[in-house]
Amino acid sequence: MQTIDLATTPLRDMNAMLQSQAAQTNQTAWNIVNPKGAHAIAVGLDAPIEVTVSGSTGYYCGGMNKQASIHIAGSAGPGVAENMMSGTVVIEGDASQYAGATGQGGLLVIKGNASSRCGISMKGIDIVVHGNIGHMSAFMAQSGNLVVLGDAGDALGDSLYEARLFVRGNVKSLGADCIEKEMRPEHLEILRDLLDRAGADAKPEEFRRYGSARTLYHFHVDNASAY
Amino acid sequence: MDKKTPQTVPRQSWTFSNEANSEIRRAAATGIYDIRGGGAKRKVPHFDDLLFLGASMSRYPLEGYREKCSTEVVLGTRFAKKPIRLKIPVTIAGMSFGALSANAKEALGRGATAMGTSTTTGDGGMTNEERNHSETLVYQYLPSRYGMNPDDLRRADAIEIVVGQGAKPGGGGMLLGQKITERVAGMRNLPVGIDQRSACRHPDWTGPDDLEIKILEIREITGWEKPIYVKIGGARPYYDTALAVKAGADVVVLDGMQGGTAATQDVFIENVGQPTLACIRPAVRALQDLGMHRQVQLIVSGGIRTGADVAKALALGADAVAIGTAALVALGDNDPHLEEEYQKLGTTAGAYDDWHEGRDPAGITTQDPELMARLDPEEAGRRLRNYLAVLTLECQTIARACGKSHVHNLEPEDLCALTIEAAAMAGVPLAGTDWIPGKSGL
Ligand SMILES: Cc1cc2nc3c(=O)[nH]c(=O)nc-3n(C[C@H](O)[C@H](O)[C@H](O)COP(=O)(O)O)c2cc1C
Repeated sequence: MQTIDLATTPLRDMNAMLQSQAAQTNQTAWNIVNPKGAHAIAVGLDAPIEVTVSGSTGYYCGGMNKQASIHIAGSAGPGVAENMMSGTVVIEGDASQYAGATGQGGLLVIKGNASSRCGISMKGIDIVVHGNIGHMSAFMAQSGNLVVLGDAGDALGDSLYEARLFVRGNVKSLGADCIEKEMRPEHLEILRDLLDRAGADAKPEEFRRYGSARTLYHFHVDNASAY
Repeated sequence: MDKKTPQTVPRQSWTFSNEANSEIRRAAATGIYDIRGGGAKRKVPHFDDLLFLGASMSRYPLEGYREKCSTEVVLGTRFAKKPIRLKIPVTIAGMSFGALSANAKEALGRGATAMGTSTTTGDGGMTNEERNHSETLVYQYLPSRYGMNPDDLRRADAIEIVVGQGAKPGGGGMLLGQKITERVAGMRNLPVGIDQRSACRHPDWTGPDDLEIKILEIREITGWEKPIYVKIGGARPYYDTALAVKAGADVVVLDGMQGGTAATQDVFIENVGQPTLACIRPAVRALQDLGMHRQVQLIVSGGIRTGADVAKALALGADAVAIGTAALVALGDNDPHLEEEYQKLGTTAGAYDDWHEGRDPAGITTQDPELMARLDPEEAGRRLRNYLAVLTLECQTIARACGKSHVHNLEPEDLCALTIEAAAMAGVPLAGTDWIPGKSGL
């Protein structure tokens, strides 16, 4: 295990060190101590390494991650795992706004709650939130899966495209063009797999599925009030 | 009625002009606003309203064909380890693959590269065609983040964070179903054929304090190598420029209201934002007030057509300009030899702006394979190269006449204005007077 102390190592050096790990590196385990809410920790990684951040992070931890498994042993600031391509980001605590924004792949697990706009514009990422999520989550979500064990705030899935949303608790309100959809066997299968990978203690049958009604896919004057 | 009573000639209303009435009828028939491409078509004060004074007793000119007048520009000297070096002060503005055909993107790359300048991606990601044909490629970071990924970020030469666009400050993108082909849809991760609305705000930051952190993140991902531009529409140029500098931009790209767009509501294009001419001085003043003029470079766009326009923008304090519409015209857009086809589309050469419909007879703003094939990227690239060469020669001609050995030495004192409006906006005296409205003199 390599340890990087952010109290003494500049952010630039830490990221450069992690970014320079090759696919075949045998230095696979890294521990970042004293993060103290710093921004842009462990961004742009591209190797199958395991990074533990021992504390809470500021904005954009794990941004644009590829391959790496990042474990935040605290809470995460805004935009955690934004535009993630692959790999895994797990947060023990809560996540602030825009968690997993525009993510294209990989798995983001939030063991606590996520704030507003979780999964905004998501493009293929899978997100599992053990707690609740805030308003405007999955806004304009394009693809991927958002799983919420708790409740969802206002305007869930507003203007979404093909992303699948699964919520176990209450949904305060659905956004424009977002509707409840039938849970078919293939969806239960997707859910089972995601819950399993996210270490979530819940049964797929307890969830409801939401998705796009696809009525806003083409401009039509009669829909003007929906926008 | 008595035939002998004199009649007034039938009089059209200025307010309810034929044009205004035709729009009312169109709206009444369809119930939807008019969407089109291009920039503001209304007449606003512009570079045409400025003149250069030239050399005289107190300034001596440089010899046209002998004395050097340099044109290179270095962009991104503030923080980037690898600033961009361009041979000419004219760049190609961001235009998306999706709005433009792959051949058009390739042609832009070829023409720009031949002249030693940069091209820019757009809302829709980076294609191999443009990366491979552009020696210097600026990668746009837009609210939609279509196709955004760290590998393209790293293979770009600079990154441009788009906050706004002159044609539609405060507006998002739009690409109608006709142009969402399989390839375009794949790059954007959207269903084929839908009418795509792209967001007007970035999904993971709001405001200049957040932007500062976003820029930090992008620099960390790209090893602090690449210049980071921030593109703003001509809304509040003084504050927007100051805040972009505060957020850590290396370069500010400022796009006035005449700037083109691929598709937006006509009402937006014509009624939101300030003319390019009105935006430059406030932006330059912001840079000067912060001690950052020439440290953070300023690229101006929106209605640049000639070398004189380039020279005027530089004289007002820009480091370079960007062109969109003019580059498309150079490739062959709106060419009179296609008049018959424009007529079939209900328009005429020079006025064709339904770029969003994807039926461009010139093969530029389309994804239709047959139309696209009409544009030969090599030949179109050569036309763009020629045009860029002329812009540069013209700009140098003026600079030499003003006694400048580098185009950046042009200054507001080399200019006068033909109208009071232009004098006020550009902050230069009205011709024949010492009067800068709002500032000095009588
Ligand atoms: C067809 C077309 C597509 C455009 N696409 C984008 C885009 O994707 N992103 C962007 O920031 N600006 C876009 N623009 C605006 C240009 O980058 C630029 O600001 C503008 O064209 C400059 O003004 P000009 O056309 O008068 O030269 C587009 C413009 C045109 C004409």
